[in-house]
Amino acid sequence: MNVDWSAIEFVVNGETRQLHVPPMKRLLDVLREDLRLTGTKEGCGEGECGSCSVRMNGELVNSCLVPVLQAQGACIQTVEGLACDGELHPLQRAFLHCGGAQCGICTPGMLMAATHLLANNPHPNMAEIREGLAGNLCRCTGFKRIFDSVIAAAAQTNEPTAQEAAHAR
Amino acid sequence: MSAHAKTRIVGSPVPRKEGVDKLLGRARYIDDIEREGMWHGATVRSTIPRGLIRSIGFDRNIDWSEFTIVTAADIPGQNQIQLIFADQPCLADGKVNHCDEAIVLLAHPDKHKVREAADAVKIEYDPLPPVFTMEESERRDVIAWGADNVLKSFLLEKGDVDSVWSSATHIVEGEYRTGAQEHLYIENNGVIAEYSAEGGVTIWGSLQCPYYVHKSLLAVFDLPGDKVRVIQTETGGAFGGKEDYPSTLAAHAALLAMKSGHPVKMVYDRMEDLAATTKRHPSRVRHRTALDADGKLLAMDIEVATDGGAYSTLSSTVLSRATLHSPGPYVCPNVRVHSRAWATNTVPYGAFRGFGAPQAIFAIERHMDEIAAVIGIDPIELRRRNFLHDGDTTATEQVMREPVILDQLLDRALAESGYPAKRAHFAKENKTNPVKRGVGIAAFYHGSGFTGSGERNLNSLAGIDVTAAGKVRVLVSSTEFGQGTNTILTQIAAEAIGLEYEDVVMAPPDTGIVPNSGPTVASRTSMVVGRLIERASLQLVGLLQRHAGLSEVFSGDDFFAACERFRAAKGEVVSLCHYEAPPGIFWDDRKYRGEAYPAYAWSIHVAQVAVDTVTYSAEVEEFWAVQEAGRVLNPVLAGGQIEGGVAQGIGYALYEKVLLQNGHMVNNQMTNYIMPTAEDVPPIHVYFVEIPFSHGGYGAKGIGELPHDGPAPAILNAIRDAIGVSFTSIPLLPEDLFQRLAAPQPVEEVAAV
Amino acid sequence: MRGNAEAHELVAPGSLDAALDLLAGAPGQWTPIAGGTELMVAHAAGRLNAKQLLSLWGIPDLRFIETTPEKIVVGACATFRDLRISSAVGDDLPLLAKAASWIGSIANQSRATVGGNLVNGSPAADSSPALLVYDAEIELASVRGRRHVPYAEFHTGYKQTVLASDELVYAIHLPRRFSRHRQYLRKVGTRRAMAISKVALAAVALVEGESVREIRLAAASLAAFPTRLYRAEDALCGHIITPEIVQAGRNALLAEVVPIDDIRSTADYRKYVAANLLEEFLVGLKAEGPQQ
Repeated sequence: MNVDWSAIEFVVNGETRQLHVPPMKRLLDVLREDLRLTGTKEGCGEGECGSCSVRMNGELVNSCLVPVLQAQGACIQTVEGLACDGELHPLQRAFLHCGGAQCGICTPGMLMAATHLLANNPHPNMAEIREGLAGNLCRCTGFKRIFDSVIAAAAQTNEPTAQEAAHAR
Repeated sequence: MSAHAKTRIVGSPVPRKEGVDKLLGRARYIDDIEREGMWHGATVRSTIPRGLIRSIGFDRNIDWSEFTIVTAADIPGQNQIQLIFADQPCLADGKVNHCDEAIVLLAHPDKHKVREAADAVKIEYDPLPPVFTMEESERRDVIAWGADNVLKSFLLEKGDVDSVWSSATHIVEGEYRTGAQEHLYIENNGVIAEYSAEGGVTIWGSLQCPYYVHKSLLAVFDLPGDKVRVIQTETGGAFGGKEDYPSTLAAHAALLAMKSGHPVKMVYDRMEDLAATTKRHPSRVRHRTALDADGKLLAMDIEVATDGGAYSTLSSTVLSRATLHSPGPYVCPNVRVHSRAWATNTVPYGAFRGFGAPQAIFAIERHMDEIAAVIGIDPIELRRRNFLHDGDTTATEQVMREPVILDQLLDRALAESGYPAKRAHFAKENKTNPVKRGVGIAAFYHGSGFTGSGERNLNSLAGIDVTAAGKVRVLVSSTEFGQGTNTILTQIAAEAIGLEYEDVVMAPPDTGIVPNSGPTVASRTSMVVGRLIERASLQLVGLLQRHAGLSEVFSGDDFFAACERFRAAKGEVVSLCHYEAPPGIFWDDRKYRGEAYPAYAWSIHVAQVAVDTVTYSAEVEEFWAVQEAGRVLNPVLAGGQIEGGVAQGIGYALYEKVLLQNGHMVNNQMTNYIMPTAEDVPPIHVYFVEIPFSHGGYGAKGIGELPHDGPAPAILNAIRDAIGVSFTSIPLLPEDLFQRLAAPQPVEEVAAV
Repeated sequence: MRGNAEAHELVAPGSLDAALDLLAGAPGQWTPIAGGTELMVAHAAGRLNAKQLLSLWGIPDLRFIETTPEKIVVGACATFRDLRISSAVGDDLPLLAKAASWIGSIANQSRATVGGNLVNGSPAADSSPALLVYDAEIELASVRGRRHVPYAEFHTGYKQTVLASDELVYAIHLPRRFSRHRQYLRKVGTRRAMAISKVALAAVALVEGESVREIRLAAASLAAFPTRLYRAEDALCGHIITPEIVQAGRNALLAEVVPIDDIRSTADYRKYVAANLLEEFLVGLKAEGPQQ
């Protein structure tokens, strides 16, 4: 079959990108292969492990389940878009301090899920944290220090960070 | 002694050495890496469990001239993966012994085309009768391996077990079973291979043991040591699942690279990784135990059986550890353990965190609660009466010369968990509540490092060097895969020399650069390799003080200046040390007697469980893990190891089941191989009691595997406490609880021995 | 990734009418794809047979939740997150909001659609039991016009529906008349999150005095498709809840369901747990307290 490739345009981490790719190519593969943003990972290809999680138009999605055509015009944030001007995002700082990452393969997806959680619920309780991260499997940590990291980051969000100040401008 | 010394960096929660890269998404795992001109590989696997290969056919609709095709005939050296016995072929040659055994390899520049082509290779077989279970293997109606299906056997004997039965007050029997378990590292197995006639083979990959892969490739390619180079890439979880399997995968990719003339990447997807790679050995352990009127152990007669799958791979060492952990942390004057690993026509089982100990400890710790119930003694009291103490001897006649503080750990565990009060409270509440609660414990040890003479045989070499740019590099083949290798070893070097944590880095885990410090397994890294780094660091300081004018007390700048003076004189600044066994460690492999392990970590686990009688589901509500594992090198990393191990143990007990049909895993997707999520894992409370061990790196013993040993028996003991029904097999699923508690038909009991 | 993106055509007509025209022009040729949470899994497994796909994502005509005095109308491409954040759904159709919170994970909920869940037709579909007890009606659209089908008649067999080859599910109509009903929904899965249902039971009942004036029961994974439990309803309707009536309800349920053994669970487990869930609901009806 000779499939017409689609002209896709979307914004990734604040940058507009234009691509010619097959419309059924997974957003995950477009990010990793066409844009060389390899921070987003594939763990299962079934939407079960969450290591491919990205934020798309303010929603958390499993990029392995999004055909790139459906990302046309979208605003996408990946793990590479969390740190700002070389400064770690508060969640990244918290993960580093609290031990939220061990082997690190689930970490990018976990950070995106945690970012999404705190964006919608800046001071989640334990049940809300568990629910917010339930779609991200971690085989190393038993989740405890991931929860600690989210709680620590949430506790800091009363003060604006450098990136918030930058966006406020 | 450094073990007891006051420290600045060791014992501190310094951040993970490679943490920032991981958090930025900059860490490069194998699938993030491309090599110029890279092709992609795929594997054609057996669809039958046992049989002869009659023909290999290639569908006419594909232009095979675009592909590189590799079979066993292409192997330049030996068609064998070197492990313990070399019985596992790299590629099936005329015969297959398990479903998903690799037969044909394909490579092509387009990863979709190579995938489609793999489906277009048609293999015809003449099937042979397969063996699927330990019981079938024991019956020997079909001989699937060797002369008698026995991959390995051990007999451990202490005293005279048979002299005791007639006079014992109590004799209690039980049979306990554990199922296979999949590692489910979130990053699948993957490698990239390159080959050139001049350079030989180079491998990049997700792996635990670069030198294991190195050794296997030497044999497959018939190459000298300097013509094979193995480099570990950032590895997304391993748990033993990347201990031996990468040798096979690397050989496959390298064969394709050799024949195609291109670098070849082979990264499995989840379905292939689940179906085709190693898992934990299933087990069946039978206990027959004699006790006196006070509940003191008189004799333990234990039969251990494991299912090794189609090839022996690591079955002998897994069986060894199972054998040595089967009597539990108890004193018993008469012990017999007869253990055997059985061959079946299933995907070979391999290393998985615990390595035989979780299986053995499940059995003995369930059995202790069964004994307690039968003879009418509280399960806590029964254990106290039988615990090993300082000076006691184990089943292998090893004298406990290091402190054994099980009582103290148990006291702490009971206090932190509120066990006695909870037990009483739940007993009352359960009368009316449809959710039945219970608490259960497990007491156990885990031997650190290789068994017996293993560490001597490894003869590990490790150390440090110093770069002209002013960094100390740790030179080890020990790899990081989340457990903290990079952090603790650099902490140790920085501490021992007297530098800052930031002054020390890891040399790349590349067999072209680092010496062989042994495999990253067996909970040996902090204890054995850590000690080597400590010694090598002190050795370098000594050299600099004697030959480069470094004074008694020095700053970081002084140190690096002295290194440059030393480099000017000697050409390089490097300090390596060989393994030295602690004094008094002797092991007789034939009699299976002596110091089985140089050190033991000790632990008590407490599980609180809720059983919902509407849905028959059991959930762990809360968990406590108390352990003594020597000095804690980094509290954040150590705590993380315990929490993660407990979570895996919870999965092992209640969620994770490998379903085989015709010897092939049919639930080979994350949607139907179930591990606990963030909503399922309970709060896990971790407490360390530290008794520094003089022969471990800064006093450390091993902790990586310890936490996976206890959850399953603690949980099933808690279920027994909750509902008064004894379950002896894991994984224990709601359907199993339902079958015992409520099913309308009578249940067929497993026959007692 | 076993699928080949280049082997599949995907078009996004952008409006409902354009989508319907495409379907009418080549009946049976185009497979609609909404959030992709089913079809993209098949794609990755190399099992996506559909070569031509029609994207319904981003068509505003299909993604809405509208309220009238009598009913709530949910567009086929409303996501489960849309259901969770809708106060109308939360107030009037709490079981549907609850079911939405159980689907997959947060990331799945932001993409999985109600229409997709129904058309996929799995007997384990998370939204189906609630839709059945709420007397949902499915509005189907084609170039030939619109028609309504009671949801209870939508499924005709395992993964079979009444959808014609040129039709799309347009919306789900749900009456707003359950404010006085006692309501219950419980799902039993392999774990607390991201679990395909082994069995699920939804129940609504109007209790007046001590007796059951009206009752609707629906289950997942007890038959080839999500079903109402009519015989159990008959055994209970009009009766006062006594231990004997509970037993009669259990027995009727056990007799009418036809679950299977599969990779996730066993027929016996599903049957008896469903009966337990029914009993839990009925016993809860007797107790004082607000509706669940």
